[in-house]
Amino acid sequence: MNNAWLTSLGFLPILGALLVSVLPEKNSLLIKRAALGTTLLVAGTAIAMATRFQRDNVNFQFVETHQWIPSLGINYAVGVDGIALVLILLSVLLAPIVVLAGWNEAVGGRWSVKTFYVLLLILETMMIGVFASTDVFLFYVFFEAMLIPVYFLIGGYGSGARSAAAVKFLLYSLFGGLLMLASIIALYVLSGEQGGHTFDINALSHLHMSSTTENMLFLGFFIAFAIKAPVWPFHTWLPDAAESATPGTSVLLLGVLDKVGTFGMIRYCLTLFPHATETFTPVILGLAVISIIYGAFLAIGQTDFKRLIAYTSISHFGFITMGIFAMTSQGQSGATLYMFNHGFSTAALFLVAGWMSSRRGSSKIADFGGLQRVTPVMAWVFFFAGMSSLALPGLSSFVSEFLVLVGTYTRYPVAAVIGAFGIVLAALYILIPVQRALHGPVTEGNENLPDLNLREKVAIAPVVAVILLLGFYPSPLLRVINPAAAHSIAQAGFSDPLSSIEKAGK
Amino acid sequence: MTSGLLVYLIALPLFGSAVLLLAGRKSDKWGHLLATALSAGAFVVGLYEFSQMFSRPNDQRAVTQKLFSWISVGSFQVDAGLMLDQLSICFVLLITGVGTLIHIYSIAYMSHDRDRRRFFAYLNLFIAAMLLLVLGDSYLNLYVGWEGVGLASYLLIGFWNQKPAYATAAKKAFIANRVGDLGLSLAIMISFATLGTVSFAGVKAHAGQASTGALTAIGIMLLVAATGKSAQFPLQAWLGDAMAGPTPVSALIHAATMVTAGVYLIIRSNFIFDAAPTAQLLVAIIGAITLLFGAVIGMAKDDIKKALAASTMSQIGYMVLGAGLGPVGYAFAIMHLLTHGFFKAGMFLGAGSVMHGMDDEVNMRRYGGLRKYMPITFATFGLGYLAIIGVPPFSGFYSKDKIIEVAFNMGGIKGVMLGTAALLGAAITAFYMTRVVVMTFAGNKRWDEKAHPHESPALMWVPMVLLALGSVASGFLFTHGNSLVNWLAPVVAPKPELQSEMLKPAVVSILALVVVLIGAGIAIMKYLRADVPVVAPQDVSIFTKIARRDLLQDEFNEAVFMRPGQKLTEALVLTDNAVIDGAVRGVARMTKGSGSVLRNTQTGFVRSYAMWILLGAIGLIAAIWVVTL
Repeated sequence: MNNAWLTSLGFLPILGALLVSVLPEKNSLLIKRAALGTTLLVAGTAIAMATRFQRDNVNFQFVETHQWIPSLGINYAVGVDGIALVLILLSVLLAPIVVLAGWNEAVGGRWSVKTFYVLLLILETMMIGVFASTDVFLFYVFFEAMLIPVYFLIGGYGSGARSAAAVKFLLYSLFGGLLMLASIIALYVLSGEQGGHTFDINALSHLHMSSTTENMLFLGFFIAFAIKAPVWPFHTWLPDAAESATPGTSVLLLGVLDKVGTFGMIRYCLTLFPHATETFTPVILGLAVISIIYGAFLAIGQTDFKRLIAYTSISHFGFITMGIFAMTSQGQSGATLYMFNHGFSTAALFLVAGWMSSRRGSSKIADFGGLQRVTPVMAWVFFFAGMSSLALPGLSSFVSEFLVLVGTYTRYPVAAVIGAFGIVLAALYILIPVQRALHGPVTEGNENLPDLNLREKVAIAPVVAVILLLGFYPSPLLRVINPAAAHSIAQAGFSDPLSSIEKAGK
Repeated sequence: MTSGLLVYLIALPLFGSAVLLLAGRKSDKWGHLLATALSAGAFVVGLYEFSQMFSRPNDQRAVTQKLFSWISVGSFQVDAGLMLDQLSICFVLLITGVGTLIHIYSIAYMSHDRDRRRFFAYLNLFIAAMLLLVLGDSYLNLYVGWEGVGLASYLLIGFWNQKPAYATAAKKAFIANRVGDLGLSLAIMISFATLGTVSFAGVKAHAGQASTGALTAIGIMLLVAATGKSAQFPLQAWLGDAMAGPTPVSALIHAATMVTAGVYLIIRSNFIFDAAPTAQLLVAIIGAITLLFGAVIGMAKDDIKKALAASTMSQIGYMVLGAGLGPVGYAFAIMHLLTHGFFKAGMFLGAGSVMHGMDDEVNMRRYGGLRKYMPITFATFGLGYLAIIGVPPFSGFYSKDKIIEVAFNMGGIKGVMLGTAALLGAAITAFYMTRVVVMTFAGNKRWDEKAHPHESPALMWVPMVLLALGSVASGFLFTHGNSLVNWLAPVVAPKPELQSEMLKPAVVSILALVVVLIGAGIAIMKYLRADVPVVAPQDVSIFTKIARRDLLQDEFNEAVFMRPGQKLTEALVLTDNAVIDGAVRGVARMTKGSGSVLRNTQTGFVRSYAMWILLGAIGLIAAIWVVTL
């Protein structure tokens, strides 16, 4: 039974890109409006689709399959579970916000404003595709193709050493992709030996393989995802890319594209290689914990807002990875919810940091001072975003961070306890820049900065609202995520540990 | 029992805070009135709930309200649920009652501040968060309020954050509190892994089945949380700096309510501590250390607010000590918490009144003889003074003596040590508080000609008078017919019984009075009979010097945490760039390098290609030959 929801959703941005490409080059306002309209339409469509999602059904939904390259067993196959649905929602909700918030960021790029929005809309299609694919080969195509628009967005419209950053990003990602490709080909060969060539994720999850093979193939996928996420020590491309990219690109890069890594860990590593997952879990938890602490310390040591945010994200990706490999329902649901919440929290941070630096002409923390007196609204939004990043209870990120911690603790207490120190470090990496930039006397060069305008307020308001709302009422998302998260753990052969007194009772 | 009204306790001030923050300058004219009205509204709801509760039998007084399911994943189930019982109603009335008085006081105190509306928005936010803290029915709900009050405290300490030192003080408070929060997080994690639940009712029901080790771990982590929030040793260093906030904030948050949240947490978790004697003993020890620590600092401070802050630290030490004495101490810890809420808030407001009349001067060496100029302030402050040093029949006499008595009666070496610490603390308290009163209100004038000390307006002194009445009468009311002990009994202990009777109550009272007289007498000799120098003398003993520097608490934190932390951060930043990214760049260079080496082979000359083909063919044949040999 075929269902056209996902394909239509994925096609809408491409149509928008086509529309934008035929608009007159000079009328940049019209181009922007067309881009905004498209992204809003996509968001609306996705929400309409989400209301039709059956929460308790753990099978892929909105499934559509067509033969693509029959001789190789490759299909165009799409479908979503709760986890993928939430990530698609994240992508399409952030897209219009990014367009509206970065209304002028395409100006001054290497190419035209038109090209910028065409690239952005193509990227949106890729983002939907990568989360919706249920054919491993199709996933790989989106995974790699996604690099192209991002590469041009950074290299063409960024600032500073944008070309170098774009190349570093591209090479790093291609390297990971290559390892994954090798694993995918091996899976394909194995499937051929065991009853017919296929790339279907459900079929591949039933393959038999020796533990050495499984470990090797697992690593191929995992390293690709660890670079994407990024997990320590594969992280050094991220601060460079985030520093150079436009704020909007950074939001999509850190908010959505990096989630392909952590999403891939759940969808591919856990499902396809449960035994290897178990084998490597101690190592991965170690890397995750290092990411949390290391990312936080590096964030504390940064002098540039954009690099600082990039390092906080490395710390947060550590939490997500830890939650995924804790193999408990709280850890898994928490990690997925964390992906969504981190998207919004980072969006808030990056957008307001972008506004601050475009006004001041610098993103160095030391160049700011006393903004609370000059631009109170902007200062408030930055403070709010910071509170969200340090997971203040009452804001959305607290729910996910605490679920990850509590879920990890029930199986791996040591990792959870070390990771929990991130709570204290987060206060440092947020409050130090808050004090330097917002408090104290107004420093030279900041006296006349304008506060947020109406467009910027409209762009940031939904982000603030989502962060607050999901802090007090995360159930709408958790109810979608829980069945899929529980299913992925069960598939990997795990179940939640009993509490001590339950164990004693048995 | 359920009650649909509980949520309004929180919703009213939260609404006020949201309105004032969102409306911005538009609400400058009426914002403070709305905030005060909403705080008073919460007080009225609290009174109504209290009257309802009062009319029911003692074992049916608790009421609950479930709002919705907050977090639900697998067996981790947390409701957004509220619970009001005999313990939390004490806090509700204290928070909303004293809170409303301080709102009223602030209308006048902050009237010249351009950001008064923002101040009231934060005050309302604080009230809402503090009420959530004491009304949440699970540790996770409490956590939201717990960090909420931390946020409000941060915003209010840094209310004048254009001064860098004040901004630093706010940050310091937040970070010290976060260390405590780490403890709370871990306690909740251990509790879930051990008991499968984080609700108070659930933990209470299952605590008996858990191992002592797990309960001790939970207890110690809760204690860590309490030390952060309640400025107890070793996380006490932030409280003195927190005096950067406007004085009404110091009265409400950093004296009467927020800093006592740690005491609430420990007593709320009585079912854990009663089953984990080691953790309980640690609580008592931390309390005893802090009560002396704060008292010693209090002796050396010339800044009136910092002297009162040190005193707060010390008095909370008494409460924590009481809470660490187990079922016999819980009710008295709460009693001291409530009486302290009256007399300390009153004295802070008095200090604010003095500052208001003295152009914001805080140095007591520049006060002197103010009783003639500010009679009401002097009278209310004086009543608070008599209460804190424990003169009968003022409130502190009842509450503090009970803690000293119970400490002695723990028996054994433990009882002697804790009791002596508490008694010694009482003597020092008498000394430093007498010193404050004498330096401020008695003796010669030592202020500038420019200062024109005057009594504060009625909006300020009426709250002070009401709090002074509380300082006078509350102790008697709480002990009359054992009222507070009986009231709290269903929550904290089935039957508070003394373990031994080393000292009779009368003996303790006499002992306490004697040491108080000695302490006060020394202070009078030193500061009333002799002239007070306007500049603090420098030829003082090393002990005084150390006490003036807060017993080197900042030096310790800087040497042990801050500087090594900064070094570590710098080292990691270097490593990240040189080693990790260096390795990546190294690979890139190697690739580029090998490319340029290999490029040299691509000369374009047919003869060199032909030679390479020949060499390759020879190599291939050789390889085949070797393999087939």
